Amino acid sequence: MTFINYAAREINCKIVFYGPGLCGKTTNLQWIYDKTNPQAKGKLISLATETDRTLFFDFLPLDLGTVKGFKTRFHLYTVPGQVFYDASRKLILKGVDGVVYVADSQEARMDSNIESLQNLEKNLKEQGYDLNNIPYVLQFNKRDLPTALPVEEMYRQLNYKGEPTFEAVAMNGTGVFDTLKAVAKLVLTELKKK
Amino acid sequence: MADLVMYEEEYEQIKEILARLQSDSNSKIVFLVDKNGQQIAAHGDMQGVDATSLASLTAGNVAATDGLAKLIGEKEFSILFHEGERDNIHISLVAQRVILVVIFDERSSLGLVRLRVKKASQELEKTFEVIVTKAAAEQSREGRFESPFAEITDEDIDSLFSE
Ligand SMILES: Nc1nc2c(ncn2[C@@H]2O[C@H](COP(=O)(O)OP(=O)(O)OP(=O)(O)O)[C@@H](O)[C@H]2O)c(=O)[nH]1
Ligand SMILES: [Mg+2]
Repeated sequence: MTFINYAAREINCKIVFYGPGLCGKTTNLQWIYDKTNPQAKGKLISLATETDRTLFFDFLPLDLGTVKGFKTRFHLYTVPGQVFYDASRKLILKGVDGVVYVADSQEARMDSNIESLQNLEKNLKEQGYDLNNIPYVLQFNKRDLPTALPVEEMYRQLNYKGEPTFEAVAMNGTGVFDTLKAVAKLVLTELKKK
Repeated sequence: MADLVMYEEEYEQIKEILARLQSDSNSKIVFLVDKNGQQIAAHGDMQGVDATSLASLTAGNVAATDGLAKLIGEKEFSILFHEGERDNIHISLVAQRVILVVIFDERSSLGLVRLRVKKASQELEKTFEVIVTKAAAEQSREGRFESPFAEITDEDIDSLFSE
């Protein structure tokens, strides 16, 4: 749910990074946090287990500057990818404006990718959204690994609706900002239609 | 859920209600957040407080508690209270869509906060009714609501990421 505050001339959008456990969602946010200048970002909040797995969410507020005189603020969230945290994932999807799906390129993780994508589709539906209409981009992460599947194969299995798709190595930032930029653009373009 | 759109008049009202609540309840900070963790307005000594984090964690807290309520067959827990050594935090739902947070110390008391929050909530509910009605009216009006983003261009968006 976009929050447009005419009085304060502010617009707030919520973007959720989704994907299976260990695919690199938190790493995407950490990279964005590390590479954004201090005035433009707030604290990165990570509600994580002792082993650094996301327990509830990561949260990073980003001020991107102004569009048409409105301060544009993006709230980035990651979900916990582990299957048994489904209840938490549903909560985080509430009010979402755009989704980044982070897929793990390793061959052994393909089944988890597909399962998690189906889970996204189902959880969105439960919240009254449709993956077909929501601003959505796909990221193939961990392209650096020797076990990574060919991009064409990943696309064949994971493409949902011809969404913008990016190759990434979140650990060193490759593709991270391209992904963010693409989803931000889709979200802002969506506002235009309202 | 429809987008939340806030106009000057209601925004001023909300700020007034919060200011009054803060002084009537003798509390340190009064804070209004939407259920998705976006800050709407605040009043009090916000220095040294990370408002954005406070908003997001409050919403997460309420969302998790809502989930718990549903699990045991309750509609919602309308009030959350956390007691600290120095500061306490009182969280309540208003009009089912916004969260009112009051942070107070020994200069106030739970009883006083509860009493004042109740009154302020009623006022806030009225204001939010107006906001919802206004938004609906704008939506259905012939010329439709003129979004400031109707003319957004690719360049506008690119420039956001220029640094
Ligand atoms: N080789 C490689 N490792 C990566 C890459 N991105 C992330 N990782 C590693 O993958 C592991 C998991 O990354 P996280 O970002 O914590 O994964 P997550 O998706 O947040 O996992 P959950 O919180 O459990 O859902 C970490 O050890 C990262 O360093 C990448 O592009 N290449
Ligand atoms: Mg994580």
